[in-house]
Amino acid sequence: MMKKQNLISLYKKLILIRLTEEAIALKYQEREIRCPVHLSIGQEAIAVGVCENLKKDDIVYSTHRCHAHYIAKGGDLNRMMAEIYGKVTGCAKGRGGSMHLVDLEAGFWGATPIVGNSLPVALGVAFANKLKGNKKAVAVFIGDGTAEEGVFHECLNFAVLHKLPILFVCENNLFSVYTHLKERQHTRPIYKIAEAHGMEAYQKDGNDILEVYKISSSIIDHIRKGQGPAFLEFMTYRHREHCGPFYDDQLGYRDQKEVKYWLKKDPVTNFKKYLLDHKVILETEMEKIKKEAMGKITRALDFAKKSKFPKQEKDFRKLIYAK
Amino acid sequence: MQSNTYTKAMNEALDSCLKKDKSVFVIGLGVPDPKGVFGATSGLRKKYGPKRVMDMPVSENALTGVCIGAAINGMRPVLTHQRVDFSLLALDQVINNAAKWYYMFGNQQSVPMVIKLTVGMGWGQGPQHSQNLQTLYAHIPGLKVVAPATPRDAKGLIISAIEDNNPVIFIDHRWLHETFGPVPEDHYKVPIGKANVIKKGSDITIVSTSYMIIETMKALNLLNELGIKPEVVDLRTLKPLDEKTIFNSVKKTGRLLVTDLSHREFGVAAEIISRVSENPKIKLLTSPQRITAPDFPAPSSPALSEHYYPRYTDIALKVVEMLEADKDRLAKLIAKDKESNKIPHDVPDDRFMGPF
Ligand SMILES: Cc1ncc(C[n+]2csc(CCOP(=O)(O)OP(=O)(O)O)c2C)c(N)n1
Repeated sequence: MMKKQNLISLYKKLILIRLTEEAIALKYQEREIRCPVHLSIGQEAIAVGVCENLKKDDIVYSTHRCHAHYIAKGGDLNRMMAEIYGKVTGCAKGRGGSMHLVDLEAGFWGATPIVGNSLPVALGVAFANKLKGNKKAVAVFIGDGTAEEGVFHECLNFAVLHKLPILFVCENNLFSVYTHLKERQHTRPIYKIAEAHGMEAYQKDGNDILEVYKISSSIIDHIRKGQGPAFLEFMTYRHREHCGPFYDDQLGYRDQKEVKYWLKKDPVTNFKKYLLDHKVILETEMEKIKKEAMGKITRALDFAKKSKFPKQEKDFRKLIYAK
Repeated sequence: MQSNTYTKAMNEALDSCLKKDKSVFVIGLGVPDPKGVFGATSGLRKKYGPKRVMDMPVSENALTGVCIGAAINGMRPVLTHQRVDFSLLALDQVINNAAKWYYMFGNQQSVPMVIKLTVGMGWGQGPQHSQNLQTLYAHIPGLKVVAPATPRDAKGLIISAIEDNNPVIFIDHRWLHETFGPVPEDHYKVPIGKANVIKKGSDITIVSTSYMIIETMKALNLLNELGIKPEVVDLRTLKPLDEKTIFNSVKKTGRLLVTDLSHREFGVAAEIISRVSENPKIKLLTSPQRITAPDFPAPSSPALSEHYYPRYTDIALKVVEMLEADKDRLAKLIAKDKESNKIPHDVPDDRFMGPF
């Protein structure tokens, strides 16, 4: 079994992400958050299990569904919330919104919402790391939809060709918006594509945080040793609608049996149970951790709401060209 | 005549073409899903089956090429993207192949396909989900580009686009989807390459397209109160451009203002002003002007987007400036108007709840 303090650290992040996104979902209905939000509720174990194995100066890239990755990598919660509220104190000064989080200090170098868009950029960062000879690892999060874009295949090839220090993390939640994976891809698993390109690749249960942690730990080690890129496909499921704060199973696009199956596999509930069953932590301690997380979230919301809105700069050239 | 939303009009057009011509098929992300591309494709799967109304992998570039191939081989594909921004992944196929095929192989095979794009705006869409790239497409020889503003034109232009033997880029706008207007029930065409004078007037010609027509018509309410009578030309088609209608109007009014939501530099408005300026028969009373989006990306924050998009007030102010009319009276009218109209600037109407 992992050390108690590591397990608790996983739990703290997991619960912080879950509660943050639940708070966003709730606040969304006040209509002060005025941008699309793609929540990771149900998929958080992957972000946490992977990022716990990264160092502060390792680098992460992500997609439209980026809140969990940002928080797991240690991104500043206040600035994330301010960004979602469109404030000048936001991590992108309000220009990007929820889909464009960034925190360079925390090693979260950015998220973009065009499918497959940040993937080659992450690869380029890894390429430069290799040229510079440093030991930093890069992890790039993608969805199952990305595996359908040409750039995905081009990147896998290039990564192997140059033995780049990058970890591809595919969160396979079975859906692209309302469309099931089987309507979009042949039955071969996604990780097999990476394997065929010649890199280490595995498919694991993304809702089992310990499994995510374990495989990430060994694979990131492998990457750091300069043994080339690796690919992890994690099976998971989102609880809520593709974009927005609500549940949308009334639309009937997901098989109810499938939904039930995955709700039972909720990573937060199950990890809680694990920690209690194995007496890693007492219920009271758990409550305390939850309270601490709630405190952080309340402060972040407060920070966001109290922050000023950005003002439009007159000379826009300053905004688009570096000196 | 029935009245319908813009979205329903698009839906009727697709329905009508699928019914009429077996070679038509509709493909795109979410085409058969519960939202049906904002409603444009709703119900079509049920009527015409999965072989003609279909979803696709998230593979914009490949599928564009696939549609080109299918078009060359006798089909009439309609490919949809829910944002203009997503179509950028397919620029190679669109620009290098679809636009040139007919020319570069000696006029032997043409590419009768439609690419339907939606422009996003407001609700924090931000830099990668709300680009107005009509200029980009209109720059490419071999493409036709249409961007209707009314439900009636939307239906008629989709039908024309599908029946055209060339690649047509059909651009709609998220804020037009719920607008309402008369739509004939039959299978009718609005010709590609034909502008429409939607408001007769004598003082100034305002040339506009797509969603900017809505803002322009709102500006007219203010201007009419000042006794100013603009003529409004709805281009409907950007490429090929209907110069004649523009020229005729500007000859009459002697003044030209172009409103368009693409970026200013090298944009649609720049092209129209050039054409008018090049015409030796047109004598302008005052220098032509344009109202466009600025030359930086669209921001997400509502505080920034509020100043990003040109609105009806900017149009009215510009017209008053060009005509040297009463600015103070306009300012008062605008203040009154803002008082009675409290819809937030980043939503098309009060009911809009996002998220996209
Ligand atoms: C190039 C491109 N095409 C389409 C879209 C619209 N879109 C936004 S998210 C999304 C789903 C992608 O699915 P997946 O990669 O599995 O990620 P998930 O949303 O499930 O996390 C799509 C199709 C987009 N953003 N970019």
